[in-house]
Amino acid sequence: MVKSSGSDDARALIRSLRVAYSATPTTLKIIDLYVCFAVLTALIQAVYMGMVGSFPFNSFLSGELSCIGTAVLAVCLRIQVNKENKEFKDLPLERAFADFVLCNLVLHLVIMNFLG
Amino acid sequence: MARDLWSLVLIFLFFSACAATTFRPISDGHRSAASELFVPIDGSYGSLEDTYEALRTVQILKIDRNIDINPHTCPVVSEILEDSSSQTKDVYYALGVNSILGCHIDSGIYEAVISRLQSVIKGAKSLYDFYYSIKGLLVIKDQGISVVLEDAGDAFHSIKALSQSGGRWRFSSNDAESSTYAAGLALEALAGVVSLADSDIDQSMIGIVKNDIRKLFDSIESYDDGALYFDEKFDAEHQSPLSTSASVVRGLTAFAAVTSGRLKIPGDEILGLANFFLSIGIPGTTKDFYNQIESLVCLEDNRLAVPLILSLPTAVLSSTSNDQLKVKVTTVLGSDSPPLTVKLVQASRLDSKSSPVLAHQELKFDPESSFHSLDILPTSMDVGKYLFVFEISLHDPEHKHVCATGGQIQAFIYYTGLIKIESAEIAVLDSDVDAVETKQNLDLSKDNVVSLSADHLQKIILSFQLTTPLGHAFKPHQVFLKLRHETKVEHIFVLKNSGKLFEIKLDLLALVEKFYYLSGKYDIELAVGDISMENSFLKSLGHIDLQLPEPSEKASHPPVPLLDPYSQFGPKPEISHIFRAPEKRPPQELSYAFLAAALLPFLGFLIGLMRLGVNLKNFPSAALPATFSILFHAGIAGVLILYLLFWLKLDLFTTLKFLSFLGIFLVFAGHRTLSQHASASAKQKSA
Repeated sequence: MVKSSGSDDARALIRSLRVAYSATPTTLKIIDLYVCFAVLTALIQAVYMGMVGSFPFNSFLSGELSCIGTAVLAVCLRIQVNKENKEFKDLPLERAFADFVLCNLVLHLVIMNFLG
Repeated sequence: MARDLWSLVLIFLFFSACAATTFRPISDGHRSAASELFVPIDGSYGSLEDTYEALRTVQILKIDRNIDINPHTCPVVSEILEDSSSQTKDVYYALGVNSILGCHIDSGIYEAVISRLQSVIKGAKSLYDFYYSIKGLLVIKDQGISVVLEDAGDAFHSIKALSQSGGRWRFSSNDAESSTYAAGLALEALAGVVSLADSDIDQSMIGIVKNDIRKLFDSIESYDDGALYFDEKFDAEHQSPLSTSASVVRGLTAFAAVTSGRLKIPGDEILGLANFFLSIGIPGTTKDFYNQIESLVCLEDNRLAVPLILSLPTAVLSSTSNDQLKVKVTTVLGSDSPPLTVKLVQASRLDSKSSPVLAHQELKFDPESSFHSLDILPTSMDVGKYLFVFEISLHDPEHKHVCATGGQIQAFIYYTGLIKIESAEIAVLDSDVDAVETKQNLDLSKDNVVSLSADHLQKIILSFQLTTPLGHAFKPHQVFLKLRHETKVEHIFVLKNSGKLFEIKLDLLALVEKFYYLSGKYDIELAVGDISMENSFLKSLGHIDLQLPEPSEKASHPPVPLLDPYSQFGPKPEISHIFRAPEKRPPQELSYAFLAAALLPFLGFLIGLMRLGVNLKNFPSAALPATFSILFHAGIAGVLILYLLFWLKLDLFTTLKFLSFLGIFLVFAGHRTLSQHASASAKQKSA
């Protein structure tokens, strides 16, 4: 009895989460999707490294950091873009996007230099 | 100071003015070397070219051929001469071999060969065709068969047409590069044309060729000892300086022999070439041997200048046996020279600046031994190394135009003598007060059996004096003291001198470490040696018993004596290099699988975008904003492509240079696009 109610609770929780998430603006959903994509790619690379070893280590590191770096930058973008975050209310969307592009370009210049 | 400088300058001028040193003419050493080198194997010398060169060398050196090679070689010769399709080169060498061996060849065959060679000359394109066919005709003519070259003028012109600037020749008209070796061949061929011609060759053409020869001599090169030689500028044919010089000398002497009038080549240059061939000594290969001997026989009797070679039978004169100074002047092959006088211009010690010991002496000629000798060397001459400078003057003024003597000739001579060894003594001193404890006199003319003993607080002193026969100080090349322990551990010390006195003081306290704390009996040996010291010696002086302290713990152990002292010259153990092993790489399939797996999230990202219903409706539709928007995206794409190129081939600095331009463009386009976007959304909000 307790078990079934537990699973029902979990189901109810997920449902409420989904309902709440469906109210999120599409732009934020896109960013979320992008973050998931980046993190998944990083995970696959880590699995590969675990299977075959870390040689060449610099290539592994740059691939991994490229994914995690963009994910972090995308999270920052999401924080700035989210209208519910009052402290970034005065910051225009376009300014946040320009920051995101600039940071990504700088990050990848370093990544490419390190890739070997 | 100024005087010293002037004397230095004078010495320098003196050395540079008479650079020629002495060389030895061809002697019995050459003959015995040649008879060992030119040995037929199974009755044959190999190819016809090798056979000709061997026969010619042996003929010039007048060596008896013990083995008859006719039965083996003559059939090959007649086969080549009868075959109408054989190469011109083979025909020439067959004729040459035949001229020495005297095989029986029908006169009809000669006629056929003559007409064949004549037709080769008419159609010849390359220098080798001309050379071998003309030389072949010359060989036949020398055997007393009349040969007349028709159209000799045309052949002369065709060969001359191959000449290049600087007196060099091309091998064929297709050749771009000119060669000094080819110049020698061409001159020999031209000389052959002149002597085979039925009418006179145009004298102006001969004058042009003479001019070419003078230009060729501008490129002559020299060694420090006065030897001159020709070298190939473009080494397409891989000719050595010897074969190049030999070719030029053969061509030059042949051309000078057939043309009237003198070729203006200085006699010193001919002598320099002769010196070059003699400086080789005894060559190791048959080819070099032939080139050397054939060139020297050309120089032995030529119309330009006959080089005369001054040589010394020995470079060492002994004061104890009152040796005479003897020199010999011969031609390059060792035959007698025309009557002449040899003058000793001066003789001076090499290691001192004092005035010459001898100057302006005339050497006496002995017709029987054909040596020029100087009877009495001055008593003021001390042992050492001397530089003698000679000059040759010919008696007959006519010979001065025919012979080349080469100005002043240098020769190095060692004057040896007995060195006096005096007041030799060995002593053991007490260290602190330098008081003599034991002292023994030595007689270094024989082995001594001194027996000494010392401990580590004492010193050993060995001293002696060396004087030359004239009582001057003498410093030998080598003065060594050797101490050898019973266990065969050796220590060698060099003795220093001050004036006549040689002395060494061994402070045993400072040497215990070097002696490995080995107490016991040490044998003492003394070596004194020099090239001008006739009584150089290695003498045992006896032995010394050393009492050295016990070794401390840190003291190094004496080296283990080698079982076989020559093993240190044997091959060293092979070094095996260790390289870093390459990292283990995963299988290719796994890597490709993960490449695909890494692309899967991107696919998921695209699918997710479609599920969200993403569109490009917000993309500006008006012309100007749309353009800037496209430019902005193109700029980003450009930067990413630049990064890709940076990874693949560009370096950091090039990348940054391009990136700065692209960045400025991107900032501009991005600012325009985003500000338009911002104003549009602000309008939307306010509306």
